[in-house]
Amino acid sequence: MVEVGSWRLYTSVAAGGFRRYATYRAATAAGVFTNTVFGLVLVYAYLALWDEKPQLGGYDQAQAVTYVWLGQAMLATLAIGGGGIEDELMERIRTGDVAVDLYRPVDLQMWWLAADGGRAVFQLLGRGVVPFVFGSLVFPASLPGEASTWVAFLVAVVLAMLVSFAIRYLVALSAFWLLDGVGMTQMGWLLGFFCSGMTLPLNVFPGALGEVVRALPWASLLQAPADVLLGKADPLGTFAFQAGWAVALLALGRLVQSAATRRVVVQGG
Amino acid sequence: MTRGPVGQGRAADGTDGTGGAGGPGGVVTGIGEAARPGDTGWGRVVEGLRAYRLIAGMWLRSTMAYRASFALTAFGNFAMTALDFVAILLMFSRIDALGGYALPEIAFLYGLSGVSFGLADLAIGSMDRLGRRVRDGTLDTLLVRPAPVLAQVAADRFAPRRLGRVLQGALVLGWALTAVDVAWTPGKLVLMPLMLVSGAGIFCAVFVAAAAFQFVAQDASEVANAFTYGGTTLLQYPPTVFARELVRGVTFVVPLAFVNWLPASHVLGRPYPLDLPAWTAFTPPLVALACGAAAGLAWRAGLRSYRSTGS
Repeated sequence: MVEVGSWRLYTSVAAGGFRRYATYRAATAAGVFTNTVFGLVLVYAYLALWDEKPQLGGYDQAQAVTYVWLGQAMLATLAIGGGGIEDELMERIRTGDVAVDLYRPVDLQMWWLAADGGRAVFQLLGRGVVPFVFGSLVFPASLPGEASTWVAFLVAVVLAMLVSFAIRYLVALSAFWLLDGVGMTQMGWLLGFFCSGMTLPLNVFPGALGEVVRALPWASLLQAPADVLLGKADPLGTFAFQAGWAVALLALGRLVQSAATRRVVVQGG
Repeated sequence: MTRGPVGQGRAADGTDGTGGAGGPGGVVTGIGEAARPGDTGWGRVVEGLRAYRLIAGMWLRSTMAYRASFALTAFGNFAMTALDFVAILLMFSRIDALGGYALPEIAFLYGLSGVSFGLADLAIGSMDRLGRRVRDGTLDTLLVRPAPVLAQVAADRFAPRRLGRVLQGALVLGWALTAVDVAWTPGKLVLMPLMLVSGAGIFCAVFVAAAAFQFVAQDASEVANAFTYGGTTLLQYPPTVFARELVRGVTFVVPLAFVNWLPASHVLGRPYPLDLPAWTAFTPPLVALACGAAAGLAWRAGLRSYRSTGS
């Protein structure tokens, strides 16, 4: 049970995470610009693709356009290409600073989840909204009219944040054994980009490959919120899929965390 | 990806440095011997190249101290860039042509873009760290050394792992060359190495201009990614898929079209983007020189405007 006091603590950690990223305004503006440029390049490639093959993957052209801009909005939010709290946690494990974190009367996983949640919310508002709005205004987009779909979409985004954190937390914990987490981080990016649908929507993947990637946890990140927004998936089924992975991976993170703190000698200790 | 808000393109790039091997401070000795302030322009270039070679060589040695780490990060670099091509392959599992171009032709564009950009990225891709140096004041260290600052910044944290990207582009280009249907002429054969070198030159100019911009907007280093990583992604697709205004922009404003679109149109016997005259296919070297000159001026202006943090 999370008590009221610790709830307040984690809220303020999340607020700190939000403010920390909000401080760098020039960097945020630069990120918005870059995401918009990448969105432009991808949108034209996708338009040509859907021109060639209308209804590819069950999307029409407008839905494909929306998918591109949603991807640009989600990239930093879900830290699909890195840039979440995992770099910092890994560095703390490598240097041994994590010993201090373990001494604190707070839960390690909850602490980092809160910090990453604050970061994600800032990236969504600060970096995600502008490219998405720009893309939806300039290109023929497919946006739902009912408020309920938008609410369902936001729920899917929050669940995506949880799954994204759970994956990156596991990647970071690998540093307890590997010390140098560069290789694991890179694997995380590779799988994240490919299996989340950042490179190409997962419903366009052919045959068995498509079946597999659509069942993996990364499908919760971009594909799931996109399909809810575009009305291509039943929201409740999607939530169940995402929540299932979130619970499983967070639980796994806990297991690994307790194994790590029991068996591993902290550097410099 | 270690700074706060993250860059998109940097994802393809592995991490910075190799296990915290010592910085360049104090290691670069001997550069000053050849340096005489007030030399001719050509003398400056030679001196700069010499400084670049020494510093890059130092980073190369430091990287090779951790060979396994180098191999892994180079592979990661390779794999991350390869994803773009896998996406194109997946697209072509559903279609036969994109924007009127078949897979071998797109692979040709992709390979040219990948190799040109990869070479520039390998040579001076670490220049986007300049903003950090401006912010924390470590640029001052470079200013007091008797070697051109541009050469020092360009060679700073030289990262051999970026060979992974060059290799990936070269493999795709090699396959494309066996698969495309081209009636080779002497002109086209000459154009091949010419466009790779010129393309690398154009991308180098973009890197330098972006670094110059960081003197003004220190945190905004990510803007560069839109033109560098974004540029190479753009050039992987044929010009026919993009809106006319966008093609105009990358032809006349940021002349990335000269990296591969124009020369490749000549090699593949395709209509030129924007109906440009046929001789433009042979202009990439001139465009690269012009870009280099413009970037050099921007760099000078940026460096002049530098005010140390004073701490």
